[in-house]
Amino acid sequence: MPALPDILFYVFAALTLLCGVLVVANPLSRSPVTSAMFLVLTIISMSGLFVLLHAFFLGIVQIIVYAGAVMVLFLFVIMLLDLKEEARRKFKFFGIGAGLISFAAIVFIMLKSLKSAAPDANNPVGDGDTASLGKLLFTQYTLPFEVVSVLLLVAMVGVILLCKKKLE
Amino acid sequence: MHVGLEHYLTVSFLLFSLGLLGVILRRNLLVIYMSLELMLNSANLALVSFSRYNGKLDGQVLVFFIITVAAAEVAVGLALIVALYRKRQSAHVEDLTSMKL
Repeated sequence: MPALPDILFYVFAALTLLCGVLVVANPLSRSPVTSAMFLVLTIISMSGLFVLLHAFFLGIVQIIVYAGAVMVLFLFVIMLLDLKEEARRKFKFFGIGAGLISFAAIVFIMLKSLKSAAPDANNPVGDGDTASLGKLLFTQYTLPFEVVSVLLLVAMVGVILLCKKKLE
Repeated sequence: MHVGLEHYLTVSFLLFSLGLLGVILRRNLLVIYMSLELMLNSANLALVSFSRYNGKLDGQVLVFFIITVAAAEVAVGLALIVALYRKRQSAHVEDLTSMKL
C-alpha cells in the first residue's frame, strides 16, 4: 500500500499532464478560451505538486499570480480581440512532423540524461517553510528583489506606452 | 513505488516538451503564448524539486523571481499582441509574414 503523498503525486501529475495536453491539442475545441481554462487547471494542479514538495508559499503564489492575475489578463485580451474560432486551415504536415519529432527528441534526451545522471536523492531533505524563505529573500537576495520591483515598474510603463492610441 | 526526484523531473520534462509542441504546432498567437507559459512553469517545477531534494532554499527563491518576471513578461507580450491586432486585425501567425524575405 503506497503512502498517501505518493498517491497524491500520481494524481496531481496525471492531472497536470492531461490538462497540459488539452491546452496544446484539444480534439473538441480550438478556441483560445478553452485553452486558457485548461491552462488554469494545469497551474492549479501544479501548485498541488508544489505543496507536495513542501513549497507552501510558492504553491499559494502560483495560484494567486498565475491562476489569478495572469490568466485574467489572458482572458481579457481574448475577449477584447474577439477572436473567431481558429479556422480549420489545412494542417501542414511539415509542422506536425517537426513538432512531433522535436517532442520525441527532447523527451528522449532528457530521460537519457536523467538516467545517466542517476540522482540518488530519494529522500527529501529540505523543508521549505515560509519563514526561512522570507529570511533568505531579505538577506542574501535583497538586491535581486529590488531589481525585480524596478522591472515590474518598467513593464508597467512600457505597457501603458504600448497601449496609447497613437505611437509617435 | 517510492516517489523521488526523478519522478518530478520526468513530469517537468514532459510538460516542457508539451509546451514546445504547442509553440511549433499551433497557429494562434495567444495559444502560442500560453504554451510558453507552460514551458516556464515546467522549469519552475524542476527548480522546486531540486530545491526540495538538495536541502537548499535557493531554488525556491529563483522560482519566486521567475514568477515575477513571467508576470511582467505576460503584460508586455499581451500589450504587443493587442497593438499588433489593432494594426493587422489578425492574431494568426500565417497572416503576420511581413518580416519574411
